[in-house]
Amino acid sequence: MASTDATTDSSLPEGSKRDSMLPDRLRPSPFKEFWGYFCENRGAIVGLFVFVAFILIALFADVLAPHSATEQYRDALLQPPAWQDGGSTRFLLGTDAVGRDMLSRLIYGARYSFFIGVIVVVISAGTGVLIGLLAGFARGWVDTLIMRLMDVLLAFPSLLLALVMVAILGPSLINAMIAIGIVLQPHYVRLTRAAVMQELPKDYVTSARVVGASRLRLMFVTVLPNCLAPIIVQAALSFSTAILDAAALGFLGLGAQPPTPEWGTMLADAREFVLRAWWVVTFPGLAILINVLAINLMGDGLRDALDPKLKRS
Amino acid sequence: MLNNNTLIEATDLSRHYEVSNGLFGGKSTVKALSSASFHLQAGSTLAVVGESGCGKSTLARVVTMIEPPTAGQLILDGHRISGDISLTDEQRAELRASVQIVFQDPFGSLNPRQSIGRILEEPVLINRPSVSPTQREQQAREMLAMVGLRPEHYDRYPHMFSGGQRQRIAVARALMLEPRILVLDEPVSALDLSIQSQILNLLVELQERLNLAYLFISHDLSVVRHMADEVMVMYLGRVVESGSAAAVFDSPKHPYTQALLSATPVADPTREQTRIRLQGELPSPLNPPAGCAFNPRCWRAQDRCRVTAPELSDEGTHIVACYFPLHD
Repeated sequence: MASTDATTDSSLPEGSKRDSMLPDRLRPSPFKEFWGYFCENRGAIVGLFVFVAFILIALFADVLAPHSATEQYRDALLQPPAWQDGGSTRFLLGTDAVGRDMLSRLIYGARYSFFIGVIVVVISAGTGVLIGLLAGFARGWVDTLIMRLMDVLLAFPSLLLALVMVAILGPSLINAMIAIGIVLQPHYVRLTRAAVMQELPKDYVTSARVVGASRLRLMFVTVLPNCLAPIIVQAALSFSTAILDAAALGFLGLGAQPPTPEWGTMLADAREFVLRAWWVVTFPGLAILINVLAINLMGDGLRDALDPKLKRS
Repeated sequence: MLNNNTLIEATDLSRHYEVSNGLFGGKSTVKALSSASFHLQAGSTLAVVGESGCGKSTLARVVTMIEPPTAGQLILDGHRISGDISLTDEQRAELRASVQIVFQDPFGSLNPRQSIGRILEEPVLINRPSVSPTQREQQAREMLAMVGLRPEHYDRYPHMFSGGQRQRIAVARALMLEPRILVLDEPVSALDLSIQSQILNLLVELQERLNLAYLFISHDLSVVRHMADEVMVMYLGRVVESGSAAAVFDSPKHPYTQALLSATPVADPTREQTRIRLQGELPSPLNPPAGCAFNPRCWRAQDRCRVTAPELSDEGTHIVACYFPLHD
């Protein structure tokens, strides 16, 4: 029957009329669409700019910093910032108790913060996504075991758990990063597992099974790319959590050790001068605040742009 | 009757599920499909009809080997499949190349992160690693043309297509391994009426060109009338009537079939509508009624129907499972 119909019809597929009315430029690519949604959120743009600036400062610290981060200028102890009485343009943001330039230390500190953020996100997201995929695919007792373990990890206050781990591993920046990575990892496991369980019953997964895709292929090629949106958002947000936690550990003396110009450690060193020299505590605190705020704003924008439920179509 | 062209031969095919009733409830069995027997020849279409929950999709999943049958035997293109013999990987790969499936929902059946080209090439990439990338791409482009899409669609992503176009892509993907059997699980029920006919015409054209065997699952009888050579009516996991499309549509014997047919609208205002309205709901498959599964809703049911279930028996033109078949 109607085979002539069928041939004429297949040379002109349905929607081809709509195609001509809707040229390609009106159908944005996924990235352009994402960027459009991202740009709607002002805070996200500001956050992105601050974050990019922060990365650039970290990258070009050697060029930007006027002094070495650790050199002590004995002739200028606790010198106030340039615009205050007694300040000089030699040390724009003043010096600390042993005469080190605050501005240079803050600039080098950006390096550490960025480093901490990246390493912690890689550790926690890498292991968390793998374990989450495993739990989501395996189900049964493997799933139960993994999830109860993660529940136990989540039941501890995160900083306390990190403290305990640092106490066991010994205080250093690397150990602090490992501890924070382990503390943040259960969030990724839960998120990935939930996303996997949502995707698994969909027909495209079944059809990949029908054509014989292997377990690993199903996990990493078929399902994982469709679970990435919430994971990316979580990665952005835990970047700031990592910086904050590392600063807290540094402040407690369990993270980066002096004379490392890490912002939390700088705060800890300056504790006794809070009343006498406001700049030694204020500037590292401000640096942490601005940084974390910028990343959180950016993360919010990412979530708005990547979450299909928030899109108006 | 069976010859070399028989691609599917199912004998007493069953699929049961164990369902746990909570902590203390123990387990009960859902007979999603019980003893279905049928066969399907190359170039012909077997339509499976019935309301939701009657086991149509379970049948599709068993035939495409997504799930193994609990009992019974299935011979697919010469390969024997049953619940107790597990296939080797090689046999599975061969079988995969001979039976493929098209799903109902074109919006869920294409991976949103893969371009059309990758979607089409994936079956070849997995099953025939020896085919070179350029050859693969050529095959995919030829297939695009065959289902009536344009070459520039190759690099696009599923979200850029309408439902009908997506269903064409799904058909193209199913055909990439050159299967001889295509299971169509309600392939048009998610589409607009005008687009339904285009997809159906495409399917008919492809069947003629490639000599495909279709296992066509649908609840839409007007679509089935258009497509089917053979019809199998199912109710609660059992086949209640089966035969050539002409015989089943012209002289339905089972009361359920007649009720189904009377519910299909006919575009003829002068024709008198004698709509049979079924009382009650489809019973829970967890707790099917004793005797014939249809007896609580059947207006012809008698005591005998409530005690033992009727077997399929030959009623002249075709086979039906009823003690009191209708004659016209």
